[in-house]
Amino acid sequence: MTDRHVQRAVRGSSALWFTVATLLLLGALALGVMIGPAGNWGTASWNIIWHVRMPRVVLAGVVGAMLSVAGASYQGVFRNPLVDPYLLGVAAGAGLGATIVFAIGRSSTTGWWIDPLPLAAFVGGSLAVLVTYLVGASFGAGRSGVTLVLAGVAVTSLATAIQAFVLQRNNDVIREVYGWILGRLTVASWGDVRLVLPYVVVSTVVLLAHRRHLDVLRVGDDEAAALGTQVRRVRLVVVVAATLGTAAVVSVSGLIGFVGIVVPHVVRLVAGASYRRVLPLSLLLGATFLILVDIPGRVLQDPAETPIGVVTAFFGAPFFILLLRTRRAPS
Amino acid sequence: MSSLAFRSLTVRYGKRTAVTEFSDVVTPGEWLCLIGPNGAGKSSILRAAAGLVAHAGDVEVDGAPLAIRSARRRAELVAYVPQSPELPADMTGTEYVLLGRTPYIAYFGVESEHDRAMVANVLDRLDLAGLGDRYLGTMSGGERQRLVIARALAQEAPIMLLDEPTSALDIGHQQQALELVDRLRHEHGLTVVSAMHDLTLAGLYADRLSLLHHGHVVSTGTAAHVLRAETLSEFYGVNVLVHHEDDGTVVVVPKRSVV
Repeated sequence: MTDRHVQRAVRGSSALWFTVATLLLLGALALGVMIGPAGNWGTASWNIIWHVRMPRVVLAGVVGAMLSVAGASYQGVFRNPLVDPYLLGVAAGAGLGATIVFAIGRSSTTGWWIDPLPLAAFVGGSLAVLVTYLVGASFGAGRSGVTLVLAGVAVTSLATAIQAFVLQRNNDVIREVYGWILGRLTVASWGDVRLVLPYVVVSTVVLLAHRRHLDVLRVGDDEAAALGTQVRRVRLVVVVAATLGTAAVVSVSGLIGFVGIVVPHVVRLVAGASYRRVLPLSLLLGATFLILVDIPGRVLQDPAETPIGVVTAFFGAPFFILLLRTRRAPS
Repeated sequence: MSSLAFRSLTVRYGKRTAVTEFSDVVTPGEWLCLIGPNGAGKSSILRAAAGLVAHAGDVEVDGAPLAIRSARRRAELVAYVPQSPELPADMTGTEYVLLGRTPYIAYFGVESEHDRAMVANVLDRLDLAGLGDRYLGTMSGGERQRLVIARALAQEAPIMLLDEPTSALDIGHQQQALELVDRLRHEHGLTVVSAMHDLTLAGLYADRLSLLHHGHVVSTGTAAHVLRAETLSEFYGVNVLVHHEDDGTVVVVPKRSVV
């Protein structure tokens, strides 16, 4: 058998991959619920499992799934494998929103009937992408996504600059903001899950419904247009859906990096590059990945917590390098 | 079979005019080849017909302007093969040819059994069945070019636009690709408009040539009429020998200047 045949054989049928990915996710869920500083399954009380571990594990799954699907979708519409869901400024905008709330002072907002932190992060992230789109569209009348990406770079820099300015004036909250930026699932409750789930469900359904369009876009804007695809409309719908979902999860989890780039790549390397596989498998494996890397974060420095953004990169990066070495994509 | 008419087609990029008032009627089943030096406007005409550049004037299929059609309906009428098609290395041959079925699939739909059977059939008839499961990145230039033509054929459009279909191929694969287009044109009654640099091949396969210069048509007609040494010398600035074979083939050979 030639190399090529082996590749086909290994890449196998979609049904097999979905079965494997689903089993992995179920295994990760079980592990996540069983392991924790309060003792393992059997010794920990039901209250801890239901009110502390379960929401945290579920939230980790929801966040990981959303960031991975959004990352894969962004990579599809911009035809760039190095793109992550924060490309158009959602992270910088959310960071700025959160920073402003911290600067106002968390203590002064405790009495509010709605927690302003996730709201500010969500609004900031969405606004940043809106500005990016308006700026990018006003310059780039053409179909190319390049002007949009450049506008995203500009908006990101601007938001980051404002954030740095606000932080300079409010030295005392730097630690809190830094902690938020590194990402955290520490305070996860069922309320957080209820808060983000509607956005994540709508966003994911829209993105999955566009997986065939993302495959058409792989041959470039021009050829996709000549094949009858309305490239700009597809790009707008995908970006809006991915951004809303990302802004929602970021608003409760902070800026967890790395997941949105690495998970879709792992899927491509093992199961092929068609978005019909990449999107749904990224959903399952993204959830699995974040649930698993959250476990060492909880127990490593017990009772302190290692921020999840640190753990994702710490475990994810070597694994990714290993995978790149062993399984090279056909070229 | 469908006709393709250009009515005073004008293409501008900013202040530069690439094509000026191009008018032509390509009759059903005819092969028109656009020739001319780089920058003469050949690609712009094809891109305008594919709906990829803004233009003034009309492009009509069977008398109805394409501009009033939706993108999908247009893709059912006109298949376009660009000069250097984007060929994702990690896409299989079958996945690639299936893209040709895009205009027939509903927005949220996926390929039907009919689409898959149709693509398998196209691959079979073009002797490409062996490429179906292979990745594009593992194929030779000739194999890829035939797959690109297969994709255009799967689009089932009566009009095929080919921009430099042979520029990246060796002489054997050039002939193979053009023979394939010619065969398909006769089998399916396709109307073909191509842009080509190789004048001898252009004259050999096309029914009619149109010589463009700075966006204007300067000569149109049969190969024997358009390919004249003095015409080519004027518009390409070359020194060539034009040789007429007994079977009517016109051969254009560059002449080396005497030092």
